[in-house]
Amino acid sequence: MFLIHCPYCGELRDEQEYRCAGEAFIQRPGLDCTDEQWGDYVFNRTNPKGRVVEQWAHSAGCRKLFVVERNNVTNEIYAVRTFESYKEQA
Amino acid sequence: MKRLYRQANERIDRSKEIEFSWQGAHYNGYAGDTLASALLANGVKLVGRSFKYGRQRGIMAAGVEEPNALVILEPDTGYHVPNARATEVEIYPELVAKAASGIPSLNEDLRAWLKPFHRFMGAGFYYKTFMSPASLWPKYEEQLRKLAGFATAPSQPDAETYDHYNQQVDVAVVGGGAAGLAAALAAANAGASVLLIDERSQLGGELVVDMGRDPAALEWFKQTRAALEAHPQVKILVRTTAYALHDFNLLLALERRQDHLTIGARNPKQSRQRLHRIRANKVILATGSHERPLMFANNDLPGVMLASAVSRYQHEYSVLCGSKPVVVGNNDSIYDVARDLVKAGTRPTVVDCRLGYDASDLTKIGVIVKQGYTIVKAEGRDQVEQALIAKTAYNETHGWVVGNATETLTCDLIACSGGFSPLVHLDCHTGSKPWFSREYQAFLPACDKADRYVAGSVNGHSDWQGAAAEGEYVGLLAAGQAANPAAAPKLLKVADFICPDLGRDKVFLDMQNDVKASDIELAILENYRSIEHIKRYTALGFGTDQGKTGNVNGIAVAAKVMNLPIEEVGTTTFRPMYTPVTMGVLAGSEVGIHSDAQRFTPMQASHLAKGAEFEVVGQWMRPWYFPQGSEDMHQAVARECLAVRNSLGIMDASTLGKIDIQGPDAREFLARVYTNNWAKLAPGKCRYGLMCDENGMIIDDGVTACISDTHFLMTTTTGGAARIYTHLETWLQTEWPDLNVYLTSVTDHWSTTGVVGPKARRLMEKLCKDVDFSAANFPFMDWREATVCGIPARIMRISFSGELSYEINVQANYGRFLWDSVMEAGKEFNITPYGTETMHVLRAEKGYVIVGQDTDGSITPYDANMAWAVALNKPYPFLGQRALTRSDTARAGRKQLVGLLTDDPNKVLNEGCQLVAETGSKAMIGHVTSSYFSPVLGRSIALAVVKGGLDLIGTKIYAKPLSYEVIPVTIADSVFYDQGKEKMDGEV
Repeated sequence: MFLIHCPYCGELRDEQEYRCAGEAFIQRPGLDCTDEQWGDYVFNRTNPKGRVVEQWAHSAGCRKLFVVERNNVTNEIYAVRTFESYKEQA
Repeated sequence: MKRLYRQANERIDRSKEIEFSWQGAHYNGYAGDTLASALLANGVKLVGRSFKYGRQRGIMAAGVEEPNALVILEPDTGYHVPNARATEVEIYPELVAKAASGIPSLNEDLRAWLKPFHRFMGAGFYYKTFMSPASLWPKYEEQLRKLAGFATAPSQPDAETYDHYNQQVDVAVVGGGAAGLAAALAAANAGASVLLIDERSQLGGELVVDMGRDPAALEWFKQTRAALEAHPQVKILVRTTAYALHDFNLLLALERRQDHLTIGARNPKQSRQRLHRIRANKVILATGSHERPLMFANNDLPGVMLASAVSRYQHEYSVLCGSKPVVVGNNDSIYDVARDLVKAGTRPTVVDCRLGYDASDLTKIGVIVKQGYTIVKAEGRDQVEQALIAKTAYNETHGWVVGNATETLTCDLIACSGGFSPLVHLDCHTGSKPWFSREYQAFLPACDKADRYVAGSVNGHSDWQGAAAEGEYVGLLAAGQAANPAAAPKLLKVADFICPDLGRDKVFLDMQNDVKASDIELAILENYRSIEHIKRYTALGFGTDQGKTGNVNGIAVAAKVMNLPIEEVGTTTFRPMYTPVTMGVLAGSEVGIHSDAQRFTPMQASHLAKGAEFEVVGQWMRPWYFPQGSEDMHQAVARECLAVRNSLGIMDASTLGKIDIQGPDAREFLARVYTNNWAKLAPGKCRYGLMCDENGMIIDDGVTACISDTHFLMTTTTGGAARIYTHLETWLQTEWPDLNVYLTSVTDHWSTTGVVGPKARRLMEKLCKDVDFSAANFPFMDWREATVCGIPARIMRISFSGELSYEINVQANYGRFLWDSVMEAGKEFNITPYGTETMHVLRAEKGYVIVGQDTDGSITPYDANMAWAVALNKPYPFLGQRALTRSDTARAGRKQLVGLLTDDPNKVLNEGCQLVAETGSKAMIGHVTSSYFSPVLGRSIALAVVKGGLDLIGTKIYAKPLSYEVIPVTIADSVFYDQGKEKMDGEV
């Protein structure tokens, strides 16, 4: 059971307040993509062991979505960041 | 009675005698006794029957590790507790307890009569014997079930309540023995807030035994406990088992608040048990260790006990477990047990497999000490009567070599010690693997996670002073203070495991599940090599005790058979819970009416007054139908349907999800999330929208009103409101942060009264004077700002029935007033309130789908025959648009939504019923999604999805319900009523 620091509320809160919203930064292909590319986008996930980059939502709090970088083996959380911070970095 | 004179630190109160019932007979004990100590004091040896062979079993341990003494408390009442361990049950006046095993009874177990066959009943016996013919398995199972398991399940509802309690603390200390006490005090003195948890009724842990032996220990305990109890930073929870440790130091603990009280003395306003959810910055595990029994033939006879338990019963409860004891083991701890027994007035015989321990103090007073010997077999009819011992020799390659029995010792108690197993459970719950210490012959905790410490005998300390020193050290560390490291553990010298000869004799590892050493060998012979597989094949450690005494011995036997070092065999996985946890405490107070939230519309009181029956939709209590007099549902629904079709109905539509959408890009946002066009929807207009997921499947629908160019009000299905709101937020925040749009859930802010039927306009004209309701000036799919009954309202002319219909939305607090006012004004039109069932019939007559009933996550807009709602030419493709041209989504022969008419107009199909093309066919071509009797049509109607159904209109197919009937049906258009939309404008 994680403790996650919500970057919007600014507090370390219990996992029960959050919802994992799946892998982050999946590229959405355009209408001209192949069926395989679309199927990949809708259904296939990399599901790595170790470092994962996920979207989480503070569903019982501010309802904002943000990015959690964590290790799904040790459950260590490396970073919790807003989408904007990635944009600034890029 | 086997009660001794007053011991130095006994924890029974001899002034309070307690009478209790065991197996229907009355016994006496003292306050402070456990059921186990009271039974031992009364000379009760037989407390259980074994799982598979029905063998007699006695009390073996003094704590939670007890495998045999499973009991039922307060049987067949609302306080029934199945499979409690007698060693943990505190006796109270009028306690009723009985054994959890014995078929048919504890004294006569029919499984024991099968003794001549027991040698054929090794590991996998049931799998192998009853595997064929497979068709007979249900019959076998019915019989075998009767032979399986322990206690009966409660027959009455639980009479007690439970609750949950969240707390945060700097340092949580698990275990109230020497290490835990020292750690808690050190951490608290260093300024930390401390929670000290112990499973027993009083602090002390195994220090209780040391207190009986060493006055210094007693003095230290008294001082430390007093300091802790007086410390403002310390909270102590006794009778509390920390049963799971999760990531980020979430510690779960079960507190037994009232289990130790007579039923009548329990406070019904307090919970029986409480689940503590503890978030600790640091966790200190001072969980201690459990002793392992030795492996020898008939080691399950009543009278074979753990040596440390014998001392515990003596010091804590002043109970002497046997008058002619044999103390046997592979480590130094047995000599202290022997000294205890000498003090209690017995002459024990000590059997030590090793040589070299100086036991001159014992031999001097006439105690026989047999070094270089071990026990090979216990004998006795109903309990231990004698012990057979044999010479031992140790060599580096083969370990212990045990000869044939050379001597017989008459005895009534065998106190044995095979070493100690640290309680690494909590440390392992988060994935750490314990490591094997050859010196200590035990698996020790890795303790490799952050913010966690171990101290005391769980870490290998064998003396209380060492444990306390280590406790103090980690207590300071946990409180953030520098400290000098404690001395390395003074490890008890434990000799290697003495694995038994795997002959025909029964050497038990897991007493509770009757797993023998020979079963492990058999499993390995059958090529189960992993300890996890061996465990599952033999059921080693599967019992309610989870193998606390048996598992490590089983691992040692497996290592010996496979000729591997123990550390290579490893342990099985330690998972929560550490000890069994009641279902009640997991549920807490979220039971019955509190198991889910109930939501009511503002009109609830009016519905109740009208005698509505309710159905749960999402969490909403929605009126289902409004029966009058003795009407059943079908009669009520028929009346309600005809009233709406012929005159006027009223419906509470407040539960529909409502999302307020504002911002300059609101219109663009709608175009992206709905399949249809929104570019030209003018203020004052409404539009039906269809929503798909990225796979092109329908996930929601509803009407959205354009309030202004930058303001829309979306409605969603009742059950989908929260999910769709989340879906929309997710897209807005992740993929389209550039869109300037704000979403607000306003479901609860508005209440909606639907006025439906040909006379709706006439009623509205009575109630609202500032709107022109004529069909020309207030057409279908328009909405108006208005004043209804003096209340500001939004009136939407939308319809889910095909009739003229106005939905009056007002601020929720006016909801009931408006409803009642409409009811009053509608009397002259015989206004009829109707519920969800009538709503379903009316919409099905018009072929309107309900998302989630007629669609199931595999239906595209095309499948639902709603191509008219798909706009492929929008500048930004809508969600799921690309998926609609995928080869599978676009292929012919997909299931499509059609109507069905049964040949027999009175036959109403079951929803979910399978459809086939030919009477004899088993190949399903579709299924029924909605089915009703239509009162206005006077016949049965159904909606269904059928492969290629839209091209099969008029074709005869067959419905095959579970009743094996074959019902002929004809595929029809899904609009059954008023195809020409003549009723849409109502009475002019």
